[in-house]
Amino acid sequence: MFKQIEGSNAIAQSVALCRPNVICAYPITPQTHIVESLGEIVRNGDLQNCDFINVESEMAALSVAIGSSAVGMRSYTATSSQGLLFMMEAVYNASGLQFPIVMTLGNRAIGSPINIWNDHSDAMSVRDAGWIMLFAQTTQEGVDLHIQAFAIAEQLKIPVMVCVDGFILTHAYERVFIPKQEDVDAFLPKLVPDQFLDVQNPCAIGAMVPPSDFTEVRYLAHEKYCSALGVIEEQSSKFGKIFSKKTYGLFEEYKCDDADVIVVCMGSVAGTLKDTVDSLRGEKNIKIGVVVLCSYRPFPYEKLGKALSKSKSVIVLEKAFALGCGGILSIDIELCLRNTETTLRTVIAGLGGREIMIKSLREEFLRTNAQRVTFLDLKQDIVDQYCKKLSA
Amino acid sequence: MFQIRIHGRGGQGVVTAAEMLSIAAFIEGKFAQAFPSFGSERMGAPVVAFCRISESEIRVREPILEPDVVIVQDQSLVSTVDVFAGLKTGCVALINATHRDDYIDSVAKKLQINVHYLNATEIALQYVGRPIPNAALLGGFSACCPHIVQLKSIKDAIFEKFSGSIAEKNSQAAERAFEKILEVDDV
Repeated sequence: MFKQIEGSNAIAQSVALCRPNVICAYPITPQTHIVESLGEIVRNGDLQNCDFINVESEMAALSVAIGSSAVGMRSYTATSSQGLLFMMEAVYNASGLQFPIVMTLGNRAIGSPINIWNDHSDAMSVRDAGWIMLFAQTTQEGVDLHIQAFAIAEQLKIPVMVCVDGFILTHAYERVFIPKQEDVDAFLPKLVPDQFLDVQNPCAIGAMVPPSDFTEVRYLAHEKYCSALGVIEEQSSKFGKIFSKKTYGLFEEYKCDDADVIVVCMGSVAGTLKDTVDSLRGEKNIKIGVVVLCSYRPFPYEKLGKALSKSKSVIVLEKAFALGCGGILSIDIELCLRNTETTLRTVIAGLGGREIMIKSLREEFLRTNAQRVTFLDLKQDIVDQYCKKLSA
Repeated sequence: MFQIRIHGRGGQGVVTAAEMLSIAAFIEGKFAQAFPSFGSERMGAPVVAFCRISESEIRVREPILEPDVVIVQDQSLVSTVDVFAGLKTGCVALINATHRDDYIDSVAKKLQINVHYLNATEIALQYVGRPIPNAALLGGFSACCPHIVQLKSIKDAIFEKFSGSIAEKNSQAAERAFEKILEVDDV
């Protein structure tokens, strides 16, 4: 049914519909409301056969999820920012051990300087950790992606991280469709682990792999990881059928058919971008479109390359960047555009919660002399002053 | 699309007001989006929350710079925060105040906006027993803008957000404020 609720609450309800057996909870802004809501759902008895475990740190949150996953339990946790960094060792272990854990990342900037607001620095810090990483545009997508995440994770035995923009989605009230339990049950079968720790049938998981085999283990993991692209698409269209909605799989193309310029983004800025594109098309007659990337890892190089190379130029709008390098998402987009005529530039926006305004985006997209990397709404006078001091 | 910006102080239920307003619009079958300005919440610090209401899906997520209505939950904010920023001719400001304010009146004249004063704190104290004016102001809002949300939906939203006697008392405060606004406008 449709509800007008907070994003975190909606995501919690969606996770509960997936019937996890273990939920590990440790608070960190802006993810806290998600595990709080789940705690309430479990306490009220609305989620049976589930242990809600309050742990002492993020490191413990994911480690306990790894333990419960090792004994064949459907396991979930959530975190943000510094919390993700604190559990980093376990992040790699979860994927290396092939445990189908689902984790929500309420995207937030990484300090120092401390900042509790939204950007994508935290997600970017684990882009090579072997997790599938899906980005939600809206709260509704957040709800839908969590249900798909369990299915994808369990089919492939790869953990899935669902990224939802902190505050912008987690703390906003919106109209959200919360699916029926029987529909979720029809979509998501019971977890049947083919290998799990069992005292009756002892086995070893996570044994040391020597140099003679490590490369092969990694190669096979890579092969499986790449096959996830197809699985994400399959699950997306299966979800669309069962829940009667339009789904798009790896990425959404908005008004790209005739576009000279395509803006690439991830997450909640998509809505603002679509409105911006509509206004530029209507008032300035500019052929501009948007590609919203959902599957950041694995990265759909081939399909995305095909979609983007139809345009003359691509602008990557990203909420994170690598000091001394530039856009992080841009590196992958650049690979997509190898051997094509399409040009690429990067716009860094929304760092540490800086609001992204349509007016600024319009001006940015109308610029003709932009450099390879620009920063949206940069206070140029202030940075110039400091740069002068630095060079003096 | 109709846009409302709510100014207040931490502890006055500013964010909750925007959320309840969005629920009221949802009850009427509209699309609504409510979100806070995401500050570090502290008691007494200036807080802003936003609500958009539309007949169609709302995609934009930028903060509201040009509201159709501002609701000011604390009169003392007017001297420190530009609560009227972005208001255009004919827009509405609903202000929780104990008395008319010369400064506000002069701004209203300059901007050609319609100001409604409502002693929402008094109503809250009378009905709820606590100086939290949000429910009363939403009742007042539904009197100022009945085409956006009706009092009944505001009351239903209050009952969705709260329960028991707290919901009942806040609902009464909203109703009283609704009447108050109409009374004053009759004069």
